[in-house]
Amino acid sequence: MTPNTLAQNIVEINNLSFGYKGRMLHQGINMVFPRGKVVAIMGGSGSGKTTLLRLIGGQLKPSKGEARVEGQIVHQQSRDGIYKLRRKMGMLFQQGALFTDLSVYENVAFPMREHTDLPESMIHDLVLMKLNAVGLRGAHKLMPTELSGGMARRVALARAIALDPDIIMYDEPFAGLDPISMGVICGLIRTLNDALGATSIIVSHDVKETFTIADYVYFVANGVVVAEGTPEDLRKSTLPFVHQFVHGEKDGPVPFHYAAGDYAQDLLGFENARQGA
Amino acid sequence: MIRSNILVGLVRILRKIGHNFSDRIWRLGAGARLFGLTLAYSGESFRRFHLTIREVYFTGVMSLIIVLVSAFFVGMVLALQGYYTLQKYGSSEAIGVLVALSLLRELGPVVTALLFAGRAGTAITAEIGLMKATEQLSAMEMMAVSPIARVVAPRFWAGVIAMPILATLFSMVGILGGYLVAVPLIGVDAGAFWSQMQANVDWRFDILNGVIKSLVFGVACTMIALFEGYDAPPTAEGVSRATTRTVVTSSLAVLGLDFALTSFMISM
Amino acid sequence: MERTTIDLWVGIFVALGLAALLGLAMKVGNLTTSGIGETYTVTANFENIGGLKPRAPVKSAGVVVGRVSDITFDGTTFEAVVGLSIDKRYAFPKDTFANIYTAGLLGEQYIGLEAGGDEVALVNGDKILQTQDAVVLEKMISQFLYNKASESPEAKESGEGVAKTDTNSTKAADDALGSNPLDAMTQPAKP
Repeated sequence: MTPNTLAQNIVEINNLSFGYKGRMLHQGINMVFPRGKVVAIMGGSGSGKTTLLRLIGGQLKPSKGEARVEGQIVHQQSRDGIYKLRRKMGMLFQQGALFTDLSVYENVAFPMREHTDLPESMIHDLVLMKLNAVGLRGAHKLMPTELSGGMARRVALARAIALDPDIIMYDEPFAGLDPISMGVICGLIRTLNDALGATSIIVSHDVKETFTIADYVYFVANGVVVAEGTPEDLRKSTLPFVHQFVHGEKDGPVPFHYAAGDYAQDLLGFENARQGA
Repeated sequence: MIRSNILVGLVRILRKIGHNFSDRIWRLGAGARLFGLTLAYSGESFRRFHLTIREVYFTGVMSLIIVLVSAFFVGMVLALQGYYTLQKYGSSEAIGVLVALSLLRELGPVVTALLFAGRAGTAITAEIGLMKATEQLSAMEMMAVSPIARVVAPRFWAGVIAMPILATLFSMVGILGGYLVAVPLIGVDAGAFWSQMQANVDWRFDILNGVIKSLVFGVACTMIALFEGYDAPPTAEGVSRATTRTVVTSSLAVLGLDFALTSFMISM
Repeated sequence: MERTTIDLWVGIFVALGLAALLGLAMKVGNLTTSGIGETYTVTANFENIGGLKPRAPVKSAGVVVGRVSDITFDGTTFEAVVGLSIDKRYAFPKDTFANIYTAGLLGEQYIGLEAGGDEVALVNGDKILQTQDAVVLEKMISQFLYNKASESPEAKESGEGVAKTDTNSTKAADDALGSNPLDAMTQPAKP
């Protein structure tokens, strides 16, 4: 953590642990997110990837360790401090999370209206610009319920970049999309990242799409980072888990270990449920 | 063997009661906390007052029809029932007083609050529950916008503003309904109807106290609806249960508060 | 576009509410007579107030000039102390006479003030010395039937009963009024 790395890494996660009583989701995770890069966090369902985004965004507090954004420890900030940091972040939620009572136009205008005093004409131009960037300028009058899943996510993306954030976080951006929409989103993430000069953090389990756009990938399993590297390195990786995950094999060399973690958790969950009832 | 089974069953029932009870207490505390936060964030939300106006439209204006129609019928029934009882004692002129006092003191605020809980309260709970389930509240937080200032507080103040207005309109329309039944239909003298009413209805103790009651009900009903929505598990089932709970809790709260307020106001 | 129609509707809604409140105040509540602005309070002691209730009107020459503000019981004289808030616009002489009347045969009871001739006016906190009690029905009946002295045992008993139970509770007084005539009629029937 020399000043050099501080300037280089816009987000850092240092020795971070998080979890609820007796069930730790993360156990000492270290990650760095260099400026201008697209970094992916990959792992199976329930491996706490999304939770990492919430920790970076300050919606959750780590049990140990820290998440730093622009050198500032997120969980030590006051509410105002966290809000100030969040204004530099944009987040795309899994289902888009568009405000259903507002039109597409108003959804994209929302962050501008809340955080700036721009005149209406300026907001109008900016909104159309952002919508144009995701190819949905023509849909600005529609309500979110009239959009398809892929369109909703593009609108949400336009909203996430409304204030030209330094950090854009994507929570499962490819989940539940048809191949065409997937390709569209995939291209958008890369182009927006480069056009805005932002840093992108992608949480996903879709190997193919993620590997085409990510500069660097972290694999998370059982609460720790099990592998990291560029997509090329990881494709060639001989680590059993990575090999199995990347190639989507049903039965890998060490399938038992990975399955065991989940299995035990399942049993634990059942036991807990029984005791609670 | 059987005895131990009974014992186990008994323990289970006791545990369930205890759990229910502690759950209620917990919810009460969490609700109070949300109430405090709502008040704390109100200043922030007042800077965008059009949000509150919008919610007055959805909670107040949209409840107008059901409230007014109910009021009209309640007033008419009151006059009919009142007349048949009062005429036995030869004092059918007192029907105006009867209708006005019942409406102003009790039925106006209480029935309006019950209708409000069913019409606007459920809408608020369902809306906020769904916003939570679809991560809209979370998204708002990540955009550095407080959902309490942006979503909860405007709805709260809209409810507090709308309820007294609805209750006042309820009483007014109810009295009109009573008048229509008593005077043109039954044939009570119009002058006696109004003058008896005027002689016995007090501006402060009847009308103003009614408004105060409805204000308190407005706070309670809206807050319960908001809390249930905010607290709902983010699933379809969770939201539907929260909606039901809104109606049940609001109705009980209104009736309980009504008793407390009435006894307090009478002792004053 | 949408916002302005919403504003309009909300404006209409609020205006309707205010109009209804005003309508209630004027047409139903008769704000002009009951919403007395500034008042001064005087007290009057009665041996028996019958069914008089707090907030009952105080009338003079048939015009409402005030309201009964409170009714308490004086434990030393065993009398009811009635507080009267009277509109500041009306001044009454010191020797004003306070009566408890009944509107109609079974109507509500109110206080009637008959002005005296004194030149000094009543001021806040004063006490009206000349009072006349409520006409208690059973008293009248027993008087009429037995032509006895006014302090017949059961009338006195009932009067005290009223005062003792709760001076604020008008219900007690009503009950006494409602049930005691029966006693008065049946008791003497079995000598």
